[in-house]
Amino acid sequence: MKTVHFKINGEAYERDVAEYKTLLHFLREDLGYTGTKEGCGAGECGACTVIMNGKAINSCLVLAAEADGAVIETIEGEASGNNLTEIQQAFDRNYAVQCGFCTAGMVMTVKDLFRRAPHPSRPQVVEGIEGNFCRCTGYEQIIEAVLDAADHGAAAEIAARDAGETKEVSDA
Amino acid sequence: MLETVPASDLKSVGQKTRRIDSVEKLTGEATYVGDMVLPGMLYARVKTSPHARARIVSIDTSAAEAMAGVRAVITGHDIGYKLGLYVVDKDILARSEVRHFGEGVAAVAADTLEIAQKAVEAINVEYEELEPVLHPKDALKDDAPLVHPDLGDYSYMEAAFTPKPGTNIANHTKLRKGDLAKGFAESEWIVEREYTNPSVQHVPMETHVAIVQWGKNDQVHIWSSAQSPYTLRNLFAVAFGLPHRNIRVEVPYVGGGFGGKAGIGIEPMVALLSQATNGRPVKLTATREEEFSLLPCRSQLTYQIRTGISKEGKILAQEMTMYWDSGAYADYAVNVTRASGYSAGGPYEIPNATVDAYTIYTNKPFGTAYRGFGHVEFHWGLERHMDLVAQAIGMDPFEFRLKNALKPGATTLTGEEITEHTGNITACLEKAAEMIDYGTISDAEKTKAAAQGKKIGKAVVGLHKAPAMPPFTATTVILKMNEDATVTANLTLTDYGQGTYTAVAQMIAERLRMPMDRVKVAFESDTDRDPYDWQTVASKGLVLSGNAAILAADDLISTAYGDAAQVLRARIQDLDHDGDGIFLRHHPDRKVTWKQLAIGYSYPNGNGIGGPLVGVGRYIAQGLTHLNKETGEGRPALDWTYGAHGMIVAVDPETGEYDVLKVASVFDAGRVINPEVFRGQAIGGMIQGLGTASVEGYIYDEKGHLLNPSFTDNKIPTAKDIPMEIEIFGVETPQVDGPYGARGIGEHSMISVAAALGNAIQHATGAEVTHMPLRQEDVWRALNRKVAIDNWITKSPLGSCKSAVELQKYTCD
Repeated sequence: MKTVHFKINGEAYERDVAEYKTLLHFLREDLGYTGTKEGCGAGECGACTVIMNGKAINSCLVLAAEADGAVIETIEGEASGNNLTEIQQAFDRNYAVQCGFCTAGMVMTVKDLFRRAPHPSRPQVVEGIEGNFCRCTGYEQIIEAVLDAADHGAAAEIAARDAGETKEVSDA
Repeated sequence: MLETVPASDLKSVGQKTRRIDSVEKLTGEATYVGDMVLPGMLYARVKTSPHARARIVSIDTSAAEAMAGVRAVITGHDIGYKLGLYVVDKDILARSEVRHFGEGVAAVAADTLEIAQKAVEAINVEYEELEPVLHPKDALKDDAPLVHPDLGDYSYMEAAFTPKPGTNIANHTKLRKGDLAKGFAESEWIVEREYTNPSVQHVPMETHVAIVQWGKNDQVHIWSSAQSPYTLRNLFAVAFGLPHRNIRVEVPYVGGGFGGKAGIGIEPMVALLSQATNGRPVKLTATREEEFSLLPCRSQLTYQIRTGISKEGKILAQEMTMYWDSGAYADYAVNVTRASGYSAGGPYEIPNATVDAYTIYTNKPFGTAYRGFGHVEFHWGLERHMDLVAQAIGMDPFEFRLKNALKPGATTLTGEEITEHTGNITACLEKAAEMIDYGTISDAEKTKAAAQGKKIGKAVVGLHKAPAMPPFTATTVILKMNEDATVTANLTLTDYGQGTYTAVAQMIAERLRMPMDRVKVAFESDTDRDPYDWQTVASKGLVLSGNAAILAADDLISTAYGDAAQVLRARIQDLDHDGDGIFLRHHPDRKVTWKQLAIGYSYPNGNGIGGPLVGVGRYIAQGLTHLNKETGEGRPALDWTYGAHGMIVAVDPETGEYDVLKVASVFDAGRVINPEVFRGQAIGGMIQGLGTASVEGYIYDEKGHLLNPSFTDNKIPTAKDIPMEIEIFGVETPQVDGPYGARGIGEHSMISVAAALGNAIQHATGAEVTHMPLRQEDVWRALNRKVAIDNWITKSPLGSCKSAVELQKYTCD
């Protein structure tokens, strides 16, 4: 066992974790963040995508113990009350969700993409979500949703939230 | 159930209403079985067979049992129950013999997943390896080892299936129409070919998961990622000899199914582990690897077609033989065989025909239902064949299809007459052709392709499918009005992404004349609380549950009218309703609101009448029959949904590399209930079809080991693999007994996509491929007239006869 510290969706956690436990299983089993899914456990499908220290990663390929001290963003931190983020609203508007199992990972990947490319072209969107499998939609409506989210200011919304969080941290 | 209301008068049906399940899925709040943890829950792992066929000499579980935290170890030796959908042939864990690579031989329940895994590794199984039978045609030989020597002792559904004891044939479906010999005798040309597909995996993003608690008094509680809660309950009850009421199946959100989660899977094994731990809940989550071989796949098919054609290009005779590789167990494969048997000719009129479709046992992971239920597989052969026949007789393949398409007055292979209400294959083909500008390749298209050293090919293919289900398939919807005049519907159709619940909500809203935001369709299913539905398969959900939902709404309205007539002192015949309430047609101001009626009306003095408003709608398929086992005659189809795909590809004639530039898909949906949900099903299925067409497939070595049970070695399409342009269109020839005229299209989008690809590639370059998938190297081999690589155990018969327009008559050797 190792004691680890995380900041997850803005909340601080201190836990003892088994050395073999992946970040994915730590989030799901130890902390109850079950919105993030396991599709293959081998880093191939992207269902387990979370953002760690500002980068989208496959949480099934990272051990919780080696991620000690990380700032993590998961799907549970996206919507606030009844307010969906622009990405989530665009996914809803564009029918980009079918079974929902890839959705959390897809949304986190897209959030990461918007931080790097606030107004992505269609090829950039395709490239951006390439690592996230979806067996239901055939991707087209997801791609349309991401382009629509960009038009609705998704990147600016993320930037504003990031600025707010940075301010909170500096205030503390 | 056909509504003659014009589309412009419909408020919810036909509209792009939002999906009712988006928000909980987008926020991570939707709970799937894998997210659930119950008090005292144990974790299971399975020991699987490394051999395709072997005798189990001994199993030593002592080391596993001695490990701290291990609560139960079970082996097939302890289990006397057998499972089976149609042929009861499967042990819950292998008993004396393993019959396929990846089959379960022992299972463990432990305090943690890690302990369970270590315990499984500590189980020592001694095997005596036996020679496996892998190729279905080898399995038919007289001296072939029998996968099931006891086939004659198994029980099976006699009305539909015909196993052949003493052979590896689990079922033989026969169909005879007209006079085949006469048809061939009158034919100007005869073309015979063989087409093959490998096994493929469904790949739902969520693997199979189940939690089972076998409580005291044999009360069994199952939480499962199952598609069909009631069929799971029924099969479980029959296998264990328990009353149905003892078994409660709950299905929360499900992460995709595609047929792979129909029927029964890991639940019995998990139930026995729970029983062995004195009733603790036990959870088993299949790994992605187990998804490929412990759980079932789609059957491999070898399809032989011999076609006789008149001088004018009309099909006169067709002899069709299907060899379905069932793998080690019959599961759904026998019914896939039956369904593809009666559909085998596609959307074409064939006056003289025979079909012999065999389900054949081999020592491979077993086949089950997969989106399209056999039709994706046989349409690959059939729609390639239509092109090759057209080529051989010197006719444009599109014209050949139009000439032979089923039209009103024609009869299907089973003798059913096509009417103007059946659906319109001609309209689908013509629309698809128009959408890809079939028949011409523009200068712009040529120039663009030539810049990359590629050539353009265009193809149009047809397809058809009816729901494959028992003739008496039934469902129920219960609709309840809440205190505030919102309504909640309960049904046990599982919506694992299709959007059927959204469509059902739209129909209820339409009927009650209420806005969508007042209608809830409760997502999680529970056999203790929700009414019966046969299964979530076959693209029958929209039609059967839609009709039941309409009847439930009408039942609720009828009850409410009775109450309102009393309140308003009026005749029921004079009442009408809107979203607000029920009123007198000739005095609309005399009205009682839904809210006043919702849980019973109360007069000012406190007297009450009526009671909570509930509606029940039950619906059963009508007029369908079993098929004659000798001739196939009968009425198997609830409805025929027709469709067509047009495809444009650019192919490099040197290397075989290709890009899919455009796919245009058209389906005669009867009535499109929600255009964007329709589009999502159409695109999703098409891409799944393109994945199996271009890259997916099981690869075995000669001993029957599955070599690619992972996403590393068995790719599925990513966002980068989709066509550059996708266009979807819904033809609307109303189905008289469909809800608002609708038909299902969930499976159809996947059918014939592979043939469209194969045909377009051939039109571009002349490459003639008759086996799936069409990897780019396969196209290169075909271009260079090299023999296809036999990766799939199945030998590809590529090049068994050469197409040549100048040949008037030829057959294969």
